[in-house]
Amino acid sequence: MNVASSIAMTVSAPVAPAAVAGERDLRLDLFRGIALWLIFLDHIPENILNWFTIRNYGFSDATEIFIFISGYTGAFVYGRAMRERGFVVSSARILRRAWQIYVAHIFLFTIFMAEIAYVAATFDNPLYAEEMNILDFLKQPDITIFQALLLKFKPVNMDVLPLYIVLLLLFPPMLYLLLRAPTFALAGSVLVYVLAWSFDWNLPAYPNGVWFFNPFAWQLLFVFGAWCALGGAQRLSALLRSRIVLGLAIAYLVFAFFITLTWHVESLERFVPGWLADRMYPIDKTNLDVMRFAHFLALAVVTIYFVPKHWPGLKSPILQPAIRCGQYSLEIFCLGVFLAFAGQFIVAETSGGPLLQAGISALGILIMIATATMISWYKSMEGRSPGSRVKPHDADLAGGGA
Amino acid sequence: MTFILAVLTTIALINGAVAAEPDVEPAPSCAVPEWLMSAEGELTHVAAAVKDQHRLDVSVVGSGSSALSGPDGARFAYPARLEEALKRLLPGTDIKVTAHVHAHRTTADMAAALPAVLAEDKPSLVIWQAGTVDALQGVEPEEFREKLESGVEGILAAGSDLILMNMQYSPRTESMLGVAPYADVMHWVAQQRSVPLFDRLAIMRHWTDEGTFDLYAATKDYAMARRVHDCIGRALAAQIINSAHLDAEKMQTKPDVSKE
Repeated sequence: MNVASSIAMTVSAPVAPAAVAGERDLRLDLFRGIALWLIFLDHIPENILNWFTIRNYGFSDATEIFIFISGYTGAFVYGRAMRERGFVVSSARILRRAWQIYVAHIFLFTIFMAEIAYVAATFDNPLYAEEMNILDFLKQPDITIFQALLLKFKPVNMDVLPLYIVLLLLFPPMLYLLLRAPTFALAGSVLVYVLAWSFDWNLPAYPNGVWFFNPFAWQLLFVFGAWCALGGAQRLSALLRSRIVLGLAIAYLVFAFFITLTWHVESLERFVPGWLADRMYPIDKTNLDVMRFAHFLALAVVTIYFVPKHWPGLKSPILQPAIRCGQYSLEIFCLGVFLAFAGQFIVAETSGGPLLQAGISALGILIMIATATMISWYKSMEGRSPGSRVKPHDADLAGGGA
Repeated sequence: MTFILAVLTTIALINGAVAAEPDVEPAPSCAVPEWLMSAEGELTHVAAAVKDQHRLDVSVVGSGSSALSGPDGARFAYPARLEEALKRLLPGTDIKVTAHVHAHRTTADMAAALPAVLAEDKPSLVIWQAGTVDALQGVEPEEFREKLESGVEGILAAGSDLILMNMQYSPRTESMLGVAPYADVMHWVAQQRSVPLFDRLAIMRHWTDEGTFDLYAATKDYAMARRVHDCIGRALAAQIINSAHLDAEKMQTKPDVSKE
């Protein structure tokens, strides 16, 4: 998040001048690409490669990284657009992006419907008489599809894009505020987060319940990312360089690691004192628990310390696949959701074991890389690549939009 | 034609004979490894009832996945199989397992029904299977936790031991039915109240990984469902013996039963 060190700002001009935004921080792409892989792996249940995903080693997971970086790149791209072209043009672009994501979400929903309709027609096992009730909504396709279009009915693992859509819809006024009174804007975001916790704010879901990712809570991470991109990181740079902060961050990561370990190794649970468990649990993902947020911050602090902006490794060919995937995040995210569906489907049809699941996971990541490379090739043919600023006024290019 | 008829008749006869077999064919290797058994909590009321009164009353409270449909379903579902297994493991003990199982019940519904069950059965042990219907209906995990906790408190306050049981591992509906948040809640509640959690989800997943059962199979046949329930009954019995620190080996008459 210290990426703003790249945004050469002067203290007298808290709003970054447009000229400095040309250079792309590859770390954003790298970590967003990795986050996309991890989200994909997390969506293929119980495969061996799951053990590589960060959620097994701490409180936060890839979703936090994805939302934060999306806020960061969103502010980076649309913030410049707002300064150069004004509120209306940049807002129109943001809303166009939200619309693209909405269409992508509905496309994925269609694939999901096809899969479950198939399962409903072919799968029958008396052992699962109760579980098969999940297919009941097929009996009311009118209501189900309508609720899906309203983003109220969301299949499992399809919660991130609706969150993203809502965040983008609310982004124009937030960005306007962030450009003028960043501290005030961030304080407002924190206030909404606190109010959401105090008054149980969330959006309704269908058939009942609420959104799995509460937009009123998760907006904090998105806005914080945006705030960092617009000079906040610069303001935090003294903190980020401090050894004490680094030490605290590492200590917290170690603490989170041991707590997470007790979830997997039951015999260790007794080492977690009761008063701590009472305070700590449950660690709420829906409402972005403070412990999760803090864990993400700690991860970010440590990452920035060990991976500086001009770290030579960023140019190494080994990391290019992840960077590529991070540059086309919407496409690769959707592809990942689709591949997770397809992978589960293959495993189910072939009654495959853990080895097949691991194979499918690895293959899925390769397909994601190949697709990102292909998109990059298409864009380079058209003379547009995310690294170069051939058409400097097309803000959507950097960071794949947002 | 006559030949085909004869073959068909024979097949039908064999099938009939298999179906009439009263006992479930025990699956060869559905033993549950130690690490999948809960080490949380102690079943002191169970231990006292078995040792002092030589009787054990168990109430199973659950939803559809605690039952089996089909002919004679109740006899093949895990509550009945648990009773059989306990009788084998604790000979000389008067074992009674009562199933209060109704489909489509959320945890809130079951929590509301619990006082009546406790008053009627006065069980030493309640096995509470929850989570599936809540996941199906998308009950808020926080609300699920509150209802579960209130139910757990009621059971413990009534002087019964408790084992919580989570949902089945159902790989074919995994991409549609998100059970993980509910499983997490059950894990936390069990840990906080020092109650053993019978992790049916992990155990059945283990059986899939080991190739014990093909839970992906699309079949209308009851044979596998019955074997799975039998294995769950046995594993539950083992969990009860473990958590109540009943020295099963001393109590049983046939030494070879211990492998079950």
